[in-house]
Amino acid sequence: MALRTEELILNMGPQHPSTHGVLRLVVTLEGENVVDVAPDIGYLHSSVEKMMEYRTYIQSISLADRGMDYLAALANEMALLRAVETLGKIETPQRAQWLRTLFLELQRIASHLVWLGTWCIDIGATTVFLWCFREREKIIELMEKSTGGRLHYVYFRPGGVYEDVPEGWTDGVLAFCDDFAQRIVEYEGLLTANPIFEVRTKGIGILPRATAINLGASGPVGRASGIDFDVRKAFPYEKYAEVEFDVPVRQEGDVFARYQVRLEEMRQSMRIIRQCVAKLPAGEIRAPKVPITLRLPKGEIYTRTESPRGDLGIYLVSEGGEHPYRVKIRAPAFSNLYALTEMMRGWKVADVIAILGSIDIVLSDVDR
Amino acid sequence: MPDGAQPQGNGQTARSEQSPKPSAAAPIDRLVEVVDALPGGSVILTTVEHVLNWGRASSIWPLTFGLACCAIEMMGAFAGRFDLDRIGVIPRATPRQADLIIVAGRATIKIAPIVRRLWEQMPEPKYVISMGSCATCGGPFYYDNYSILKGIDTVIPVDVYVPGCPPRPEALYEGVLKLQEKIKAEPFLRRRAGLAAPA
Repeated sequence: MALRTEELILNMGPQHPSTHGVLRLVVTLEGENVVDVAPDIGYLHSSVEKMMEYRTYIQSISLADRGMDYLAALANEMALLRAVETLGKIETPQRAQWLRTLFLELQRIASHLVWLGTWCIDIGATTVFLWCFREREKIIELMEKSTGGRLHYVYFRPGGVYEDVPEGWTDGVLAFCDDFAQRIVEYEGLLTANPIFEVRTKGIGILPRATAINLGASGPVGRASGIDFDVRKAFPYEKYAEVEFDVPVRQEGDVFARYQVRLEEMRQSMRIIRQCVAKLPAGEIRAPKVPITLRLPKGEIYTRTESPRGDLGIYLVSEGGEHPYRVKIRAPAFSNLYALTEMMRGWKVADVIAILGSIDIVLSDVDR
Repeated sequence: MPDGAQPQGNGQTARSEQSPKPSAAAPIDRLVEVVDALPGGSVILTTVEHVLNWGRASSIWPLTFGLACCAIEMMGAFAGRFDLDRIGVIPRATPRQADLIIVAGRATIKIAPIVRRLWEQMPEPKYVISMGSCATCGGPFYYDNYSILKGIDTVIPVDVYVPGCPPRPEALYEGVLKLQEKIKAEPFLRRRAGLAAPA
């Protein structure tokens, strides 16, 4: 006698400890197997692009901090300013560029630490959450000493950075790097060879390379599926052309590969930070004569940067006024989320949590 | 006001009107009425309430409702450096087991009915901390914005507002401590029984 089976539509609602923000997943289940997943987004739509049309460029920097990807605030500022400075042909001094590269890589480590902590607490490894946030507190202290902010900095300005770093700050950065190198070993010791972790992540949620390219996956999600593309190498900005670093790429495309890619990225970020501290020149930190109410020449431009989530692009249209005419943000988390359905089909309900965490979305980036 | 009867936010009804008091036929309420009528009975009630309030305030279990950036600072407050577990605050995933909802981050119009439903699913006595400028008043997303609510108190009544963008974990800590003070000052049993609050 055959069992009567039915598909169950389960709502993983916008309030759920594991959705990393307000994401609603409508999951169609056949028993415990996922048949289909429909993400429902828009619960954090903050009309950032429209607001930027009423803000000057410096005001938009504080909006970019918060309204897009709040975990990588400096990466958003960089994306916006790369568009502004390229369109306005503003030259940043050397020291400012080195400082920016340093801060961007510190921000990358901080963002990956939040990802690791929250993802691990989702799949049950609570200790890693506490350890990651402990390390992140050290980075945030460094950020606070120089920029004044813990989470939102408004530090980059058109033409450079706002203020120079205080005395002895770079020693603090190097001390952090020395300490952090050992901490990554601790995280790996707890996770990588752990049989439970391996069963939950190896071979789960595979995103094949062709699908990843078609769906526009970028960043660690794309690199874990074999796409060897990093904006820092392909279209270098700031001082990325003058520092040596490797871009980790894996071929398997599963959750474990994404974990490995991000862990390796943290190590490479430390490498870049050490080089930045060693090569930091003296000098100006801000281009002279950039007015506060900056007017960009009439025109349009598309620039891209590598945020911790992936390829963050800004399309900026200026009509010559103080406010931009249009700012369109190409959000990496939005495109990576689009690949979610492909990644989740066929796996079990418990895998849904592991896969969703592994693509490292920030709903503020998805919804803007 | 100890019993939280003051209207908050825009056009809000008082809290006590929104959740009707339980029927006075409950045994505990009858006992409270009897004790209150005795000479010196209010001293007993005050002492019992003091103990009960101390227990309630020392184990506030919030529903983590992390919406945006403030959620990261809230996570930082739960993590090792600013450990909220020290004062008894443990996050619960379901509103049915929570007595506090920390609305951390900007609320859009789309999520407003969800927030309201979550708040209604929480059993009494329940409290709301509005964390951050966005949940308090709309914050940096006040002007020229078509989708962010101008304060979560347009949807649910708020007990404690914690300003900041985002507030430091210490600021959230202070918000929770202020809420503890508020809870400890409540005439819990007498309000349940519908008796007059002490002057």
